[in-house]
Amino acid sequence: MAGGAASGGSATTDTYAEARNWLLLPSWVVLLGLSLIPVGMMLIYSFLTKEFRGGVIWEFSFAAYDQFFCDRGLFGDEPCSVEWTYVTIFWRSIWQAGAATLLSLVIGFPTAYFIATRPEKVRPLWVFLITIPYWVNLLIRTVSMKFLLRDEGPLNSFLMNIGLINDPIHIINTNFAVQLGLFYSYLPFMVLPIYAAVERYNFALSEAAADLYAPKWVTLRRILLPAVKPGVVAGCILVFVPSLGSFLAPDLLGGAKNFMIGSLIEEQFKGNAGNWPFGAAASMILLTMVLIILLIFVRQQGKAEKGAG
Amino acid sequence: MASKTGDVRNYKGFQAITLLCLIILYAPLVVVTIYSFNASKSITVWEGLSLQWYADVFTGPESGKFKLAARNSFVIAIIAATVSTTIATLAATAIVRGGKFRVRTLSLGLISLPLMVPEIVTAVATLIFFNSIGFDRGLMTIVLAHIAFCIPFAYLPISARMQGIEDTYEQAAQDLYATKRQAFTRILMPLMMPGIISGFLLAFIVSLDDFIITNFVKGAGVETLPTAIFGSVKQGLKPNIMAISTMLLSVSIIMVTISYFISKTDNTK
Repeated sequence: MAGGAASGGSATTDTYAEARNWLLLPSWVVLLGLSLIPVGMMLIYSFLTKEFRGGVIWEFSFAAYDQFFCDRGLFGDEPCSVEWTYVTIFWRSIWQAGAATLLSLVIGFPTAYFIATRPEKVRPLWVFLITIPYWVNLLIRTVSMKFLLRDEGPLNSFLMNIGLINDPIHIINTNFAVQLGLFYSYLPFMVLPIYAAVERYNFALSEAAADLYAPKWVTLRRILLPAVKPGVVAGCILVFVPSLGSFLAPDLLGGAKNFMIGSLIEEQFKGNAGNWPFGAAASMILLTMVLIILLIFVRQQGKAEKGAG
Repeated sequence: MASKTGDVRNYKGFQAITLLCLIILYAPLVVVTIYSFNASKSITVWEGLSLQWYADVFTGPESGKFKLAARNSFVIAIIAATVSTTIATLAATAIVRGGKFRVRTLSLGLISLPLMVPEIVTAVATLIFFNSIGFDRGLMTIVLAHIAFCIPFAYLPISARMQGIEDTYEQAAQDLYATKRQAFTRILMPLMMPGIISGFLLAFIVSLDDFIITNFVKGAGVETLPTAIFGSVKQGLKPNIMAISTMLLSVSIIMVTISYFISKTDNTK
């Protein structure tokens, strides 16, 4: 879905070439003014001095980044030693997002493959079925997940009724609940690019492998998987990136012990911490991580296309 | 399914996983919908069918708050979707029908920017931006933030549609002495309508559903449905929240379904 806007398209003409600057002007004004310049302002704010209870004082300061990376003891006068608090939160976020991505891949790949091998006419309907939940309010989906997974919720009472378990399984406020929530939030992003890749795949290759006595799973691993790898990588990125900065799943399903980047940032602006420069700095670090991931991805896709062409 | 032993297309278990996938996707929504019709005051015990929680949403003690939030949400979504769809249509015309030019790729990148930046970062950046220019937070800040965020969602179906329309129709119109403006408004726009409606509906849902950005840029006391729901949920799950959620998720599903069928119609034949 996110890749679509960047891919341009080929069936282009120059019918309205003279008017194009005027046609583009509104989008440039709005997106420069409300997307690009704000990110620039955020970078500036991360180097300002904090005002208590929100806001900033316009004085240059390195304090936000210092607080993030440096532990200067109880009174703040010791030399810098590594501060682990925030690095740990970032590390946990990476780990959680990674686990959610893996979960999405394990469920999403077979699903995408299954849909792509259905008759051509019914494929759009399958894709539609997979994407519907994505358009339902993320907050409502996360709340629904919480409702379903509670200790005394429908899932546990169902499992106890059919006699599979005797005591409720405790899922809410665990790492697994957050992973499940993230998986649930972004699964369509995994399925769609893999589906697109498998749909384009030439199955004659698999048939050739089968004719040469390759077992089915070897064909899948050695022939199909390398061919659809760009789709798989795209899916992983599209799940990993939004999971990394997510707020709702960790906040509603994870509880205080499973604090992630999103909650850390939110707390600086909406919660009790009220440290805007620090929140801006944490956002900048998150944004930098995401941009590096995207850059590596774009490079790799570029290489893959050159290799194929 | 035909899963002959020699068939290279079908793998054992993939169908089961697909079903599991659909169950995971739909189970929470189905369960909440069912429990929104629960007669019990408790969210745990099932005591039979009732519409009382729907009545509670419209007439109960919290109804004033929810009505105001719903009105805000719909007003914001209509304005944001209208403006972002207009902007996206113009931009798509330049990018798909404007020939090759230097800032084309850059413009595409700019349009996809809100999709690549994590939502919470967009929220922080927008809040900081409004703060730095001294813009008071309120309904207006939410509308502006939503317009920017909705543009890529409106752009995708519109540009996809435009790429699918051959320019022979516009060429024919111009051969018959139509001006470019006429070719645009009388030929291209009507052909584009399914894409434009589809883009509008997606932008509308994205705006209606947004929580994170709204939560950051809203003024004190201004609530939309998602922020009102979040506030309530923080104090514990209540049955009336499930009724509201069910209504809101129905609106989203209906609009996406309309968008799906409209974008499938082909009026160029």
